[in-house]
Amino acid sequence: MNRWLAWGVLIFGVLYFILPLYGMAEFSLSMRRGVYSFDAYTKVLTDPTFQQTFSYSVMMAVFTIIFGVLLVVPTAYWVRLKMPEARPFVEFITLLPLVIPAIVIVFGYIRLYNTSSWLPLTGSVTGTNLLLMFGYATLSLPYMYRAVDTGLRTIDVATLTEAAQSLGASWATILARIILPNVLVAVLSGAFVTFAIVIGEFTMAALLDRPAFGPYMQLLGANRAYEPAALAVIAFAITWACMGLIQLVSRFSKHTKAQR
Amino acid sequence: MAFLELDNLEKFYGPVQVVKKFNLSVEKGEFISFLGPSGCGKTTTLRMVAGFETPTSGSIRIDGQDIVRLRPNQRNIGMVFQSYALFPNLTVAQNVGFGMKVARRPKAEIDARVKEMLGIIGLPDLGARYPFQLSGGQQQRVALARALAIQPQVLLLDEPLSALDAQIRVSLRSEIRAIQQKLGITTIYVTHDQEEALSMSDRIVVMHKGKADQVGTPVEIYNRPATRFVAGFVGTLNQIEGRVEDAANGLVIAGGQSLALGRRLEQSNGTSVALAFRPEALHRGEHPGEIGLTGRIAEVHFLGAVIRMKVDIGGTQVSLDSFNRAGADLPRAGDDVALSIAPGDVLVLGD
Repeated sequence: MNRWLAWGVLIFGVLYFILPLYGMAEFSLSMRRGVYSFDAYTKVLTDPTFQQTFSYSVMMAVFTIIFGVLLVVPTAYWVRLKMPEARPFVEFITLLPLVIPAIVIVFGYIRLYNTSSWLPLTGSVTGTNLLLMFGYATLSLPYMYRAVDTGLRTIDVATLTEAAQSLGASWATILARIILPNVLVAVLSGAFVTFAIVIGEFTMAALLDRPAFGPYMQLLGANRAYEPAALAVIAFAITWACMGLIQLVSRFSKHTKAQR
Repeated sequence: MAFLELDNLEKFYGPVQVVKKFNLSVEKGEFISFLGPSGCGKTTTLRMVAGFETPTSGSIRIDGQDIVRLRPNQRNIGMVFQSYALFPNLTVAQNVGFGMKVARRPKAEIDARVKEMLGIIGLPDLGARYPFQLSGGQQQRVALARALAIQPQVLLLDEPLSALDAQIRVSLRSEIRAIQQKLGITTIYVTHDQEEALSMSDRIVVMHKGKADQVGTPVEIYNRPATRFVAGFVGTLNQIEGRVEDAANGLVIAGGQSLALGRRLEQSNGTSVALAFRPEALHRGEHPGEIGLTGRIAEVHFLGAVIRMKVDIGGTQVSLDSFNRAGADLPRAGDDVALSIAPGDVLVLGD
């Protein structure tokens, strides 16, 4: 009886997720009347705007991840090592982006850093990109911090630090050679979430007027029928590829083999 | 001047003083153990030498140079931890070579040293393994090699054997001692295990409530404990309450019996004292030249090589150890026995 119920719930769940995906995939293949074809995909992939916006967003994602790692790993490490009493506070701060809408952040940015402010970041393309990256990093903070903090929990941070210190290592060396490699899998999962957020983000990119993938998707969705579906399928494929990559990397990291 | 000198070292955590006026001179190549119960300040003292704790006052000098102001990574001190603390992301060889790599030594030199170190610890073929692929004993040996590879001025070991099982612990402690003697490295070893301290050390510092109660060779510590705490902490010690009858002639009444210690006592007539002696100093039967006592056997425990008995002497139970001999009868509980002890083995402890 219980078993049947469990199977029932499982099947319901699978259908719940699969059916819309199936419908979307089916629709994206139906651009040519009566037969399935990849016309919508060809159209999307050959669109130069797609290529530009997508590569722009990928690049932004990469920078955001690098910035996020440089910001979060030392912070989480330091909080764990020296200021354990500050942890609830830091956790609260990292959770704020979930509560504060992106639009509030971006309006705040524009008010603070507009061309007539003391730091006119929006006055140049590089400055605006930088601002956008900070915004993305803020959005990904809850996921990145949690992932890294969980990763740090699996190693004895204090003793490993002392061992490295007694061997002559500086803080930078300890972070780069000991701490980071040991939380790499956690960092990667945080990086993956960051990647997904940056690729799909609309509000910030649109309001800062940067040619990102999110606004492009929105534009396409508002004006075309089949292409948005194809685009969505492509986005799914990219997401799953990322997940697979993380699995692969964590499988290949030799020193954690025994723990799984 | 000694190689490592701890001078009036003190440490407060807020209002709590964990190390009090700690003085110690360690000669080059000496193996010193800090022995004491948990919370006695031994680990804190070690961590001050390593640089992980800052002394509230006092100085630490290595080879004449005060190191208190140096950061841990500038002190050139090797440290071995109870939890091994091997870097999980590095292989055994990379772990051992880590300190030299940080110091930017040439690769050939690192490789040669790593090979030499792995040879010394008896694991020459495990360089490519990761720490999780090693047993606890192997991991701790790698940790030792890692600490020694930087050729530290002083080696610190913080209860390195506590996490291992009994058999490995015994074999590894003689191994550590042999390596230490071979390299002639000045070593401080923190432990709460008296057997470890007695068997490995040149000298032992028995610590109690943040103070060094006694500093001495293992033989001195065991045979001539300076304080009641040392006497009670190191080894088993029997104590019988008594009263000085005749201090000039060394006569003490204890357990309803008169004991002639045959030496002048410092305590005056009539003061109450404790007579203390080791379980192995007391034996059954009467021996000429020794103090005779009578008692009643209360318990007998056959431990193989040793027979441990509890004997009731005038209402106080004391332990008595004797070696087992094939063919000898085991005494039985309830037997009245004659006992004897050499006068020199009896310590008179005042209050």
